[in-house]
Amino acid sequence: MTTSPFVKLDGVAKRWNGQLGVEGITLDIPEGSFTALLGPSGCGKSTTLRLLAGLELPDEGKILIDSKDVTTSAASDRNLSMVFQSYALFPHLSVAENVVFGLKVRRVPKQERQEKLHRALEITGLLGLEDRKPGELSGGQRQRVALARAIVAGQRLCLMDEPLSNLDAKLRNAVRKDIKKLQRDLGITVVYVTHDQTEAMSMADTVVLMKDGHIQQVGTPEDLYSRPSNTFVAEFVGAPPMALLQSSVLDGFGDDKTIGIRAENIQIAPKGEGRLRCVVNESEFLGAETLIGLDHAGATGLCVLKPGLSMIAEGNEIDINFHDENLHVFDAAGQRQAG
Amino acid sequence: MSAHANLERRRQAIYGWLLLSPAAVLLTLFAFYPSVATLWSSVFSRGTRRKPTEFVGTENYADLFADPTFWIVVKNNILYAGVTIPVSIFIALSMALWANGKIRARGFVRTAYFTPTVLPMIAAANLWLFFYTPGLGVLDQIGSLFGLPSVNWLGQPETALWAIIIVTIWKEAGFFMIFYLAALQTIPEDLKEAADIEGTSRWTYTRRIVLPLLMPTTLFIAVNAMINSVKLIDHLFILTKGGPSDASKLILYYIWEMAFAFFDAPSAAAMTIMVIAVLGIVATIQFFYLDKRTHYQ
Ligand SMILES: Nc1ncnc2c1ncn2[C@@H]1O[C@H](COP(=O)(O)OP(=O)(O)OP(=O)(O)O)[C@@H](O)[C@H]1O
Ligand SMILES: [Mg+2]
Repeated sequence: MTTSPFVKLDGVAKRWNGQLGVEGITLDIPEGSFTALLGPSGCGKSTTLRLLAGLELPDEGKILIDSKDVTTSAASDRNLSMVFQSYALFPHLSVAENVVFGLKVRRVPKQERQEKLHRALEITGLLGLEDRKPGELSGGQRQRVALARAIVAGQRLCLMDEPLSNLDAKLRNAVRKDIKKLQRDLGITVVYVTHDQTEAMSMADTVVLMKDGHIQQVGTPEDLYSRPSNTFVAEFVGAPPMALLQSSVLDGFGDDKTIGIRAENIQIAPKGEGRLRCVVNESEFLGAETLIGLDHAGATGLCVLKPGLSMIAEGNEIDINFHDENLHVFDAAGQRQAG
Repeated sequence: MSAHANLERRRQAIYGWLLLSPAAVLLTLFAFYPSVATLWSSVFSRGTRRKPTEFVGTENYADLFADPTFWIVVKNNILYAGVTIPVSIFIALSMALWANGKIRARGFVRTAYFTPTVLPMIAAANLWLFFYTPGLGVLDQIGSLFGLPSVNWLGQPETALWAIIIVTIWKEAGFFMIFYLAALQTIPEDLKEAADIEGTSRWTYTRRIVLPLLMPTTLFIAVNAMINSVKLIDHLFILTKGGPSDASKLILYYIWEMAFAFFDAPSAAAMTIMVIAVLGIVATIQFFYLDKRTHYQ
């Protein structure tokens, strides 16, 4: 390792009245990267981000930003910006005033303020809306004001807490691309909280998957998808998620293991030639393909994809086949076994 | 326009009037009619057995302007309003900002501040009588600990009005605080956090974000405080009865005296009309001037 990471969390823990918030968060974030904190609701994503921002103070552990120990520093001393889920725009201030609020507080000269404002509005496509109040903007525009406010400060680290969750699906796709482009163009480091895995997988260089306050896996989207480190990751990532089988239903894997297999690696075999016999429980037409849900006594989430529209009636028995190299083997504790 | 739309419009209009009518009837009966009747009686002379009531135009008003007591009362009331309005608003705001913060025993603090409001004014006045009474009163008791002479707070012209002012502020501040507290609750927590990240000081945050967002509440409270500065005189009956030598007499008390002690109804009516006019003008100015600078969510 040549350079120390830009942001470093080391064994950070935060508890509320002794109850679990987050525990043992250790994470290195390189400069200029896009890191997504992903996980189900209540797993501690926001808490981690707020610890990083200085809005909460950790009970244990250390936080370093740019090689400086900021564990107990105030939020304003950490040189970062943040986009809130609710945008946190000041309702009585115009778009322009909202964006330059921080610059004004820091007594940036008026001339410079105007230039930065113009550039930020240009980047976010808000020119012409300077004098509107947040209440007079659409959700997407508000979101971009929040974004403009975050980038106008010119901080190298930007934290975002589910910034897209208030937008509709179409807008979300567009803004997702904007944010990603912005991050690349400005070369800033983004830590991005989301519970939407498509968002995390499509935007992030590194995905941090969390559950119940603990990190489950840190890796590239590819890593999480094709080498899940435990059964939770396996079942969380991907649509449809990985199916899990008890090893006892297959030969040669022992009795106490869990076997994971993705839908795209399963083929339907002619009757009597498959490795497992299952019962169809649903057929869901997805457009390009049809998802056939399967029931088997020793498996959960088993399904298979068929190209085009090809429904199979519920209750039919079919045989399925798969290759051993596509299987993920997890030990009794649910951890991935080497390979 | 089609007959159907016309019918619908008429239906809507009738519906609207039906909804308005209870308030309209009550207001007419108990506000508009009395106002007009007052205006009417203010331009007639006071009838005696020998001289029946007759139209005198503005004579009642002219008499009032010539009455030195009237001017004392006006001056008193202006001072009373000029002190109680800003001070009670300021105290209410400070208490609300404090009680809204992360302090211990927050519930207790709020309740304690609110207590004066629940107390009827007469009861509050009796309570303060117990503070102010020379010799026996709490203030004097405390003063005597430090060897200070006994002061008759309510009995001397220099202090009487101020003693009244303090009671009013004490009574009003807690009430206004509740409005501010409610308004503060509606300001989302993350505005503070967003400001924190930008490095905003507590004072700047209060001045640039909180106070502007509280403007609608401040406007509402200011109008109420102004009305109260004319309306709230119950404690005068208990504490000073306007004395000594009119030093603590306020307009409404004087009106009451005119009407029910001196039985000079026309003068009382004339004064009432003037109070209504002044209040109306000031409230209008407050609304139109402050409204422009107020952000409503
Ligand atoms: N201020 C607080 N007081 C007490 N408990 C809290 C507080 N904030 C968060 N928690 C608890 O900490 C845990 C993690 O919360 P957090 O807000 O980080 O979840 P999250 O992953 O952001 O979830 P979501 O996706 O719903 O936003 C939750 O169990 C939550 O109940
Ligand atoms: Mg959250």
